Amino acid sequence: MARSGTAVAAVLLGALALLVVAALAGVIVGTRVLSPGETLAGLLGQDGVAATVIWELRLPRTLLGLLVGSALGVAGVLAQAVTRNPLADPGLLGISAGGAVAVVAGSAFLGLGAGTPRVLLALAGAALATAAVYLFASRSPEGLTPVNMTLAGMAMTAFLGAAVSATVLLSASTMDQYRFWVVGALSLPDPAVLLPAIPPAVAGAILAVVVSGSLNALALGDDTAAALGVAVLRTRLLAGAAVVLLSGTAVALAGPIAFVGLVIPHIARALVGTDVRRVLALSAVLGPLLLVTADVVGRLVARPAEVQVGVVTALLGTPFFIWLTRRAKERSQ
Amino acid sequence: MIAAPTRTARSRNPVRSLLPRPRPRRRVVVAVLGTLLLLAVVSAVALSLGDEPTTPAALWEALHGRGPENTVYAVLEVRQPRVVLAMAVGAAFGVAGGLSQSVLRNPLASPDVLGISAGASVAVVSVIAIGSLGGPIGVVPIPVAALAGGLAAAGLIALLARGGGLRGRRILLVGIALSAALTALTQFLLTRIDVYDAQRSAAWLTGSLNARGWGEATPVLVGVAVLLPAALVLAHTNRALLFDDGVAAGWGVRPGRARAVLLLIAVCLAALATSAAGPVAFVALVSGQVARRLAAVPDIPPILAAAAGASLVLVADTIARTALPSQLPVGVLTGLVGAPYLLYLLQRRRSTRGTP
Repeated sequence: MARSGTAVAAVLLGALALLVVAALAGVIVGTRVLSPGETLAGLLGQDGVAATVIWELRLPRTLLGLLVGSALGVAGVLAQAVTRNPLADPGLLGISAGGAVAVVAGSAFLGLGAGTPRVLLALAGAALATAAVYLFASRSPEGLTPVNMTLAGMAMTAFLGAAVSATVLLSASTMDQYRFWVVGALSLPDPAVLLPAIPPAVAGAILAVVVSGSLNALALGDDTAAALGVAVLRTRLLAGAAVVLLSGTAVALAGPIAFVGLVIPHIARALVGTDVRRVLALSAVLGPLLLVTADVVGRLVARPAEVQVGVVTALLGTPFFIWLTRRAKERSQ
Repeated sequence: MIAAPTRTARSRNPVRSLLPRPRPRRRVVVAVLGTLLLLAVVSAVALSLGDEPTTPAALWEALHGRGPENTVYAVLEVRQPRVVLAMAVGAAFGVAGGLSQSVLRNPLASPDVLGISAGASVAVVSVIAIGSLGGPIGVVPIPVAALAGGLAAAGLIALLARGGGLRGRRILLVGIALSAALTALTQFLLTRIDVYDAQRSAAWLTGSLNARGWGEATPVLVGVAVLLPAALVLAHTNRALLFDDGVAAGWGVRPGRARAVLLLIAVCLAALATSAAGPVAFVALVSGQVARRLAAVPDIPPILAAAAGASLVLVADTIARTALPSQLPVGVLTGLVGAPYLLYLLQRRRSTRGTP
């Protein structure tokens, strides 16, 4: 585990270098692999076919992967820090399910498609679900314990998941769209979809950076944090808002991709320790690294068809994650 | 942490005398009797409701094989198998959830969270996909595939989490991760088959009791009839299971094997129930928690978890069957009914000590 500043910087730089490689692979690799010359010509607009492939298909898709991966990685770190629960993850706390149910209801009943409406729907759904989970968990007699938070989140996920199932089962056409969106396909190479998602993602990232210092204090317990001069409630609310913005955006763009938000913070912690700021920075790089790599792998293994990124993420991430949990020494709770 | 036992049994065994007395508290008895009464009422209502509702008097006659032939047929041939199956499936899931939550001492440690249901789902969708892609259909019956998948997932979790102890974080993390991977695999298979098979699979994946009969009910009934008493006896004679390994060892009790057997029972019950009705969402998780909060004791009485699960599935299936214009799978309703109830229970003041 890297402790010193230089070691952390080295880990971060290494991860960034890997991310650049993965992003390049995202542009070059696909049903048809481009040569370096073709890639350059395409990027400069000299080769018509390569230019179309790169500028209209692969570059937007890679950007989408970068954005969604960062959002999910950071959202996972915030969710785990604010609930002090290593199992917290937007997928487990009902936040992604909130976004998903809003999007599915919007497409089934209002006929709303991708783009700005979907982003707004997902954000609103995620915000409502988060608020509901927080209210239910904090009103319990024992107060806002990690276990209550997770239980309320699972209950919300199950409730909203059942609502989605009901909607989807009653309409075969919604089912047809849903089954591809729900596994998180990045294959919507429409720059117009990407644009409305950028402002909420950026706002979430800024909030995350702002609260990361206070979250370190929060890890010591509410009372200690308050004694250290941290506004506990405000920190929680801001971190919650960041989680909503980031995971709502991710859901709108790529469906409820499970697992990235859960796994990436664990991997980052194993590499750079428990400081929230370091974990946050590394997760913002590792998240897109996992997602873009999974996307490239998904394009390669079943050519000319492709495997949805959510599937590959889970299948790639699981063995690594299990290896990590086996390696980490069990600490007494 | 669990508080030390306050009362001791009048037993000659010095170890046993240190353990909490095995006689259930009054509150547990009241909760069990209340839930069983509720179950009886709900099953009578479920037997009466249908395309042509039956009056209580006619229902009584029909249950004894008397009265108009139509009514007898509707009650005994159409509704009864389904009611019995719903109760058996619910009881199996409930006991499975209650046992695993007690043994692993974590409310999230239920078969549906840990990937047992996901394993069964992958196996079933694979069988459907093989048929859909032109392979031989029905080589492996769906219930057998579900059972094998659930047991395989449990074996995989045990293998991958070995050495981490039953109460550490590792088994939960491994289970949730495995569940995510298996769910991803299921969803991948869903995108590979045609839309009608996909929707058929989706109905199975939400959990459904449509078009099931005694053929599906019998294995679950036998399983519950054998495994529930076994769990009751084991859980009751091994009260030390509740406590830390160190405490139990101090009493001279080796909890490892009893815990493993209880978990194996939980897995078998969950896999059996999944094989009959699909991975009915949320029943295992919610039944264990409902039972624990109703009884207000740190361990979860299996009989109460069984009654809670049976009531939940039966209520959900009766609503799904009768109240809605088109039949929804029962799994949708268990989520819609069970989740708000769990949220409500989370708000209530309770007087129990310790958290499993």
